[in-house]
Amino acid sequence: MWEYTDKVKEYFLKPKNVGEVENPDAVGEVGSIICGDALKLSIKVDKETNRIVDAKFQTFGCASAIASSSVLTELVKGKTLDEAAKITNQDIAEYLGGLPDEKMHCSVMGMEALQDAVNKYRGVKKITRPEENIICKCFDVSEEKIRRTAIENNLKTVEDITHYTKAGGGCGMCIPEIEQILKEVWSITEIKERPVEKKKLTNIQRMALIQDVLEREIRPKLRADGGDLDLVDIDGSRVIVGLRGMCVDCPSGGMTIKGIEERLKDVTGQNITVVTE
Amino acid sequence: MKTIYLDNNATTQVAPEVVEAMLPYFTELYGNASSMHTFGGQIHGRIEMARAQVAELIGAEPEEIIFTGCGSESDNTAIMSAAECNPAKRHIITTRVEHSAILNFCKHMAVKGGYRVTYLPVDTLGRLNMDALLESLDDHTAVVSIMYANNETGVIFPIEEIGKLLRARGILFHVDAVQAAGKIPINLKELPVDMISLSGHKLHAPKGIGVLYVRKGTRFCPYLIGGHQERGRRAGTENVASIVGLGKACELAKKELARGTAPLAALRDKLEAALLKRCPDAVVNGDRENRLPNTTSISFEYVEGEAILLRLNEYGICASSGSACTSGSLQPSHVLRAMGIPYTAVHGSVRFSLSSYNRQSEIDRVIEVLPPIIKELRSYSPFGRDKFEQYCRIDAARAD
Repeated sequence: MWEYTDKVKEYFLKPKNVGEVENPDAVGEVGSIICGDALKLSIKVDKETNRIVDAKFQTFGCASAIASSSVLTELVKGKTLDEAAKITNQDIAEYLGGLPDEKMHCSVMGMEALQDAVNKYRGVKKITRPEENIICKCFDVSEEKIRRTAIENNLKTVEDITHYTKAGGGCGMCIPEIEQILKEVWSITEIKERPVEKKKLTNIQRMALIQDVLEREIRPKLRADGGDLDLVDIDGSRVIVGLRGMCVDCPSGGMTIKGIEERLKDVTGQNITVVTE
Repeated sequence: MKTIYLDNNATTQVAPEVVEAMLPYFTELYGNASSMHTFGGQIHGRIEMARAQVAELIGAEPEEIIFTGCGSESDNTAIMSAAECNPAKRHIITTRVEHSAILNFCKHMAVKGGYRVTYLPVDTLGRLNMDALLESLDDHTAVVSIMYANNETGVIFPIEEIGKLLRARGILFHVDAVQAAGKIPINLKELPVDMISLSGHKLHAPKGIGVLYVRKGTRFCPYLIGGHQERGRRAGTENVASIVGLGKACELAKKELARGTAPLAALRDKLEAALLKRCPDAVVNGDRENRLPNTTSISFEYVEGEAILLRLNEYGICASSGSACTSGSLQPSHVLRAMGIPYTAVHGSVRFSLSSYNRQSEIDRVIEVLPPIIKELRSYSPFGRDKFEQYCRIDAARAD
């Protein structure tokens, strides 16, 4: 069970400002039903003073998501857009007397919905650069968001990043990338990892391991792009594969083979070469 | 406020008769069963009596019962023993919907031991794909481990049918019966199964006691090595009070099963039917034709499970959810996802698991309290039936 503060409980059990503002001047939206939480914030702005005169929310999510959203509406009411734009996720969490680490993403969601609403009101186009680098594919989190959240909240570990942005909390494939981003952000010179001495695998173990990696990791990924691969033979450290489907004519087929080779080297700790039949 | 406890698949209350049976072993009867003096030695007889009571519940012989520390230990021991006794076979088969005591141990075996593990799929009703099982069997299969009944949906797997298939091929069969024991009759005299795991606290015995049944003639390698306790099959001084308590709980469960589970199922069905009727856009997860009599998993669309649970908590009502927010990770229930239940429904899933201690009035209270909670939480939600279509489509696309 989560350790929620009385303030969180209060705002969860009796949330203020639920619903949609009539004829809103802007609506900020963030999250999705698939990810498990989503927030829609509607605001009414006084044109003369640029003050937010009303704000309401609709939230799909857990207790802390509902409480964070409700607090957000309380925080923004009466503020000018400039003042509101300065509200951070820490402000939301503080107002609630703190949130469990694992729930910090609820406060980040609040901040993002507010930024979205303010930007929309000001006519700032949502930045959807096509080159935006999505790091976490499970929860659709960009490199930029990871960098920004890390700096704003002084986050140093992947676990923290997951708590605040959800990135890395799904399949976990992007965790090495998040580590890399954190290293760059905090300019930590790469600490040379002590070479881990891997237990030498027997021939049978190595073959089983290679089969397993191909079957459970590589093939599902290729299939997702309409391709596939067959394991033709394992001859010592040479792994012979056959590319199938879309992979056959794929211009980046060479890259794929290289990638598989690196992965197999990594798991077996041996100098594997991968070749096509 | 009185607690209404509908989370019996998580744990159960210790039966008052069980507590009573255990108490002397904390006070005057504190001896060690291995001692030479009568004071300790008399404990031995009491442990053997409990062993017979456990055996009686599942149609086993007393010497086939090994007391362990918990269901997880029993599960780990079974897989480990199968692997150690068959060193040449390096393939394990299990399902995608097992308890983490099996799933994570199989992952461990794959990573540390280089084992190949097959995770069998289930269909949208949570039923096992028998063709996939047949296809995955080969000469290297060391053990097949399949749960008797699923903890989240209550769906029961065809253990007898699977057992016959495996016995014909001489493949070792382990069954995690933690959720099934005491809820449905199990008769190992007729069931072709080699090993079975049980857990005390799921059937009104205390936490910290489990059982591994190993059929006579099955090769076995112990996991905990030390003293000669449990005939050398599980070291460690016996947890006497809990063993006695588990024996008593099994005796009570046997009587309860003899009375029949129809009243319990009727209570569950009443709850389920009333909630479905009063809450639109709610669905039951799992095969309703073939379920434990005490379990129902219901998904309430457009709302999130943790929020539902914490609102119920205000009324002293205890249930659980498969939503991501309650899992401790960001991923929702692996069971419901394996069934291909849309994420929208997984996030809003609530599991009620009853016991024979539940009363009609408690069920009536939930029926009264929950529908308004769902209605209110839905009024907060940006999603609803009108917007549902598009999200379902996104979901289906992702699932592919």
